[in-house]
This record gives sequence, C-alpha cells and structure tokens, in this order.
Amino acid sequence: MMAVVTVAIAVRRNLFAVVILGGIYSFLMATVLVALDAVDVAMTEASVGAGISTVLFLSALFLAKSEEMKPLHKPFLPLVVAVATGAVLAYGTLGLPAFSDPNAPIHQHVAPRYIQEGERETGVPNIVTAVLASYRGYDTLGETTVVFTAGVGVIALLRRLRQRTRGDKR
Amino acid sequence: MTIAGHFSYWITIFIAIAGLYIVIARGNLVKKLVGLSIFQTSVYLLYIAPGKLIGGTAPIIAQQFQLYSNPLPHVLILTAIVVGVATLALGLALVVRIKEAYGSIEEDEILEQDESLSSEPR
Repeated sequence: MMAVVTVAIAVRRNLFAVVILGGIYSFLMATVLVALDAVDVAMTEASVGAGISTVLFLSALFLAKSEEMKPLHKPFLPLVVAVATGAVLAYGTLGLPAFSDPNAPIHQHVAPRYIQEGERETGVPNIVTAVLASYRGYDTLGETTVVFTAGVGVIALLRRLRQRTRGDKR
Repeated sequence: MTIAGHFSYWITIFIAIAGLYIVIARGNLVKKLVGLSIFQTSVYLLYIAPGKLIGGTAPIIAQQFQLYSNPLPHVLILTAIVVGVATLALGLALVVRIKEAYGSIEEDEILEQDESLSSEPR
C-alpha cells in the first residue's frame, strides 16, 4: 500500500496530486507507527506530517506554479545510483539483529532503566514524555532553538519578497 | 538471519531509495522536497522498528502490562519530526524566493538562466 503511494508520488507530474498523495502517505506512516507501539510519534506524524506539511506545501504551490516540466534527462542514471545505494544498505542489514529480538543492543542500554525507574523518578507514567521533558530536556531545548532559527529564516526570506511586491505596485 | 526478521529493514530501504530517486531524478524543486520528506520518514521507520517488541505495548506504565517497547527511539524521532517540518518550511520559503527571482522552479531552467547570464558580456 505504502509502496504504491510512494511510486505514484514518483511518477505523477501534477504537483497538487503529489502533495495530496504525500498527505495520504503520512497517514499510512502514522498507522504503521501505531502498529509499532509508537503512539506519541504516530500522533505527531499525523498532525505535523499530514497536516502542517501539506498546508505548507499547498501554500508554496499557491505562490509557485503547480505543474512539473517533462524531465529533460533520462532517469536511468539516478535509478542506478538509488538501487546501488539500496543494495549496499540491504547488504548492511545482514549484520543487524532480527526484528523484535529482546537481546538486541537497543534493548540493553538505558531503555530498561527508563522503563523501571522512570515513573518513580519523574512521576510521569508515559515514559516518552518523561524522557523528552526530563532525562533529555536539553535535547528538547536544542530542538526549540532549531525551530526558532528556521522560523527566523522563513520570516527573513519572505519579508524581502513582500517588500519587493509592494515596491512593484508603486 | 530470516526473511521475516529483516523484512522491516527492507521496507525501510525501499522507502529510502524511492526518496533518494525522487531527489536525484526530478528537477522540480517542490518535488525534490517531497522526496526529501519521504526519505525522512524512512529514517523514522529505521529508528522505531528495532524498538518494537512483539507482545509488548506502548511505553505507558500500567499495572497490567510487563513488556514495553523501547521509549528512547520514540523520543528521538519526535524531535526529528518537529525539526523536519521546520527545515521543510525553510526549504519551501527558499523555493518561493527562487520562483520570485527566476520565474521558475525547474532546476534546468534556472541553470539555463544562470549560464546565459554568465556568458553575456557586461
């Protein structure tokens, strides 16, 4: 299902259709994340990925034109590069632990401590919230810094645009 | 190694190469950004899938559950999603500016204009 949507995104040339397919893709990804027990991530992906991203893309399309040009180059070389990268990555997975292996390194490090001590140490039953706001609070601070910087960048870029269109009118 | 044990990795890789292909092959800048966000979701899957334990539940502590999925990748990916949408907004703002400056969001046309500008004597 997701593969079909992904291939459709690659093939379609109407950008409006591509953006709507991107929203559908995000909802499918959110469903997969629920199946993988990541409920917080799924909720964020459904609201941010399918909601805000789609709105951003649509507002950009409103300002730019929504039909893609026919590609001039043959897509053969990019396909070879992509498939070669995929083959190398697939070869790399042979050394990784199998799906849902309780002895995998990811389940041995700090995660058991978060699960066993998290509620007692922070008082929050949802461990994802406890780790996000308490154990790795500095990460979240850095994240807000990144978002702030991006917002400043967007304002700086689009304000010049508005000034210029106003200047054109005069 | 079994096929079922590594299937999640291969799904991830398929999504990653699809995103990579769109980014490389397509000249339209908005399409490139869509490809980039598809690539990003493959990274979400790469982090979340190994944290899942079959028979486990979402990491919210309750009396009747003993086995939880790993909460750490969830936290990291929450951060990644929010940062991803911030960078996406910045990229789209750049696209809008390029559209204003060149009148086009196709890579080939932009390169053409650049070359004709640099070859003209001033």
